[in-house]
Amino acid sequence: MSIVADTSILARREGTSGRLSDFFWRNPKILLLLMLTPPLLWLGVIYLGSLFALLLQSFFSIDDFSGLINYEFTLATYRQLLIPSNFDIILRTVLMAALVTLASAAIAFPIAYYAARYAKGKWKVVFYLGVMLPLWSSYLVKVYAWKLILAKEGIVTWAFAKLHLSWLLDAWLSLPVVGGSSLSISYTGTFIVFIYVWMPFMILPIQAALERVPGNLIEASADLGGHPAQTFRHVLFPLALPGIIAGSIFTFSLTLGDYIIPQIIGSSRLFIGQAVYAQQGTAGNIPLAAAFSVVPIVIMGLYLWMAKRQGAFDAL
Amino acid sequence: MTAVLFQQVSRHFGTVRAVDSVDLAIAEGEFFAMLGPSGSGKTTCLRLMAGFEQPTSGHIEIFGETAEGVPPYRRNVNTVFQDYALFPHLSILENVAYGLMVKGVGKAERLKAAEEALAMVKLPGYGARRPGQLSGGQRQRVALARALVNRPRVLLLDEPLGALDLKLREQMQEELKSLQKSLGITFVFVTHDQGEALSMADRIAVFSDGRIQQLGTPEEVYKKPKTRFVADFVGSSNVLPPDFVRTLGFGDSYASLRPEAITLGDGLGRKNFAGRVVATSFLGAANRVTVEAAGARIAAMTPASIAPPALGETVTLSFLPEDLHPMDGAR
Amino acid sequence: MRSDRNTSAPLGLKIAAGLGLAFLHLPILLIFLYAFTTEEKSYQFPPPGYTLKWFAVTWNRPDVWEAMGLSVRVASISTAVALVLGTLCAAAVSRTKFFGRETISLLVILPIALPGIITGIALRSAFSFAEIPFSFWTIVLGHATFCVVVVYNNAVARFRRVSGSLIEASMDLGADSFQTFRYVILPNIGTALLAGGMLAFALSFDEVIVTTFTAGQQSTLPIWMLEELVRPRQRPVTNVVAMVVVLVTFLPILGAYYLTRDGDQVAGAGK
Repeated sequence: MSIVADTSILARREGTSGRLSDFFWRNPKILLLLMLTPPLLWLGVIYLGSLFALLLQSFFSIDDFSGLINYEFTLATYRQLLIPSNFDIILRTVLMAALVTLASAAIAFPIAYYAARYAKGKWKVVFYLGVMLPLWSSYLVKVYAWKLILAKEGIVTWAFAKLHLSWLLDAWLSLPVVGGSSLSISYTGTFIVFIYVWMPFMILPIQAALERVPGNLIEASADLGGHPAQTFRHVLFPLALPGIIAGSIFTFSLTLGDYIIPQIIGSSRLFIGQAVYAQQGTAGNIPLAAAFSVVPIVIMGLYLWMAKRQGAFDAL
Repeated sequence: MTAVLFQQVSRHFGTVRAVDSVDLAIAEGEFFAMLGPSGSGKTTCLRLMAGFEQPTSGHIEIFGETAEGVPPYRRNVNTVFQDYALFPHLSILENVAYGLMVKGVGKAERLKAAEEALAMVKLPGYGARRPGQLSGGQRQRVALARALVNRPRVLLLDEPLGALDLKLREQMQEELKSLQKSLGITFVFVTHDQGEALSMADRIAVFSDGRIQQLGTPEEVYKKPKTRFVADFVGSSNVLPPDFVRTLGFGDSYASLRPEAITLGDGLGRKNFAGRVVATSFLGAANRVTVEAAGARIAAMTPASIAPPALGETVTLSFLPEDLHPMDGAR
Repeated sequence: MRSDRNTSAPLGLKIAAGLGLAFLHLPILLIFLYAFTTEEKSYQFPPPGYTLKWFAVTWNRPDVWEAMGLSVRVASISTAVALVLGTLCAAAVSRTKFFGRETISLLVILPIALPGIITGIALRSAFSFAEIPFSFWTIVLGHATFCVVVVYNNAVARFRRVSGSLIEASMDLGADSFQTFRYVILPNIGTALLAGGMLAFALSFDEVIVTTFTAGQQSTLPIWMLEELVRPRQRPVTNVVAMVVVLVTFLPILGAYYLTRDGDQVAGAGK
């Protein structure tokens, strides 16, 4: 054959590319190192470096008189987190995140269950895109939409009026804590918008967990005389739990750190995100802002650790 | 000329000795089989030849040229992969022409060569299809054409017939054999199927635990297994324990005895022994009679025309002394 | 879960699932309605009348165009950076088993696992510490950091499908490392990278939390919208912009879905 060589070992190709290729083939570790260097420099050095610098700041304090940062190691800033006004912020945020997570799971479950067990072919796609599009559409637009909806002159007020239920809405708004002068400046509003924005993150993990359950397991339970409620409690729910936990990582974490939703729709009482924003911005108290931002990190760290023990990461 | 030469080649993965001090010389134009169970080191040996693995120690030559440290793309050796590894994004013709393309052969010339190679494996006109549109047997042929179009000096085949059904496998065995004859290329193939190795290969290397247990022609390996492992793995030889071998008047070692070398009753010049029948089974052309003698279970093949003895009966069995082969050591 | 019997869903479940999906979609549809309202001063429902004039008004607004332009430039560059970093990372992690690959996966996921505000404030304090003034590049730096994960997730899933034997087959046939990359690896991971890139673009185009910390006085489209949300001045223009943003982000999502639907893992499952 004229088109190929007759020797058993071919000569190295001409030029640098041939030499480089041979070099990388002989030294795969160097190639690996070269591949990892740019991302590691970016994420490991710039990003992690910034995070550590931030954490470090939380161990400094601010001088009350000059307003300058006092670069001495102290836990005083952390102690400030425990004063009632700050601790309330933490409690309020964690409580809200927990409620949002529970409500999201309750709303997401039927969608995920239907998509996993009953939706076939075309409907499967409809469900998938039906979840993906809202999940990926603009965060701000979603918040904006709810500003339109919850406004005093908006669609909710209009709907209650049309149904002659305005008294019900007024009664709800006159309740302490959850009420307010309108839905868009009440905890109820904040709660609804949080659910709306973060709930889609709960659907796909639950669906993934449920899709791993063989259908006949549910039928087996029904055959054994299991009442639907019993089947749910003893079969479906335990099997979906890893998915729920995986989804809750998102809903919980995202709610913990959000500062825009409570700022736009909600009462004037702060959440952790707003406190961080206010401390680093107008107040200029970077150490306290850093200490505040450690709170979600620690909470999420604990949460992830527990989730990992439950095997939730397989459902991600 | 020696096509592939291994001198004391070892390949260790951590503490695992996948290949352990192997010496091997494959002759040019030979159809060579590496036979063994999974994890015996046969596939690693193949990968050492292809260049996907480098020896931990030892020396490899391909047609007299040093091969260690030479990347796969600079070896004039091609592989047919177990899962075929056809490129899913390329058409069949582009798959076959790939090797020529990366070597810089012009488009017209390489496509013509690829067409010819497809014709050679009896797939003319399949070039425009995608790998996903072909059956397993057809993909196997494409993989073969893709390797052969490069005119390698050695063709390596990794369990080439493993994924095919029985009928197709028998057909491909014959085709591979005749292809190899007509092309004159050295074929080295890896298999765990002893029948395949026996029927196709000129010589067989039986692997176990990273070492070659026996290297020889199919007949030698089948009839005169050198170790107990070979006797067990190739065919279904009886392995006689040393005590029993001694009572028969041979030396003090394990020995192998093929079931078909044993007959019921005695005869001139034959060695005999008595055994109690513990099982009989009908195999179509023959009956297999299993007896217990001196604590060993021994199987004999008897013609189906003769009714097998009853269970529990004590019978006399005999064999020709040259059919008994003493083996090495404990294994 | 696949049921062998062709059972149909209980009515209660159908209603709950349908209501859930409606809850997700109606607010977005409302945005479309409001883009045509004649009302300027409030969010009155139902709109007193409908008009197309706000589209023309928005079209002639230089501040909207500027913000849009900045967002597109930031998203393009961030996507490019994320594509390079994410692909390198995915290739390294999936090709070789090395000590610490779990750590690398974690590192890549961290920027979206932690609340955005933490990433934002960390970068901001690092910038001020290093005395880097806010610029186009400070925004890109933040965005690329969290976009890497989307590309990475898509690429890792696809690398898993490009079996190792394909690469060996290519080298066996005489292709060196660069040829193998060009003729085998790239064509096989191309659509996954495209999908990852589209999602990264959508993520960056929409990002506001980190951006508020890294933009300084510059205004991306989300920042422009955020200002309108906090202090509404141009309600009708905001309505139109919101609708356009929805449409602009839908396209990459649908595109990414289309590109990866045959795969074992569809793009975007983890935002």
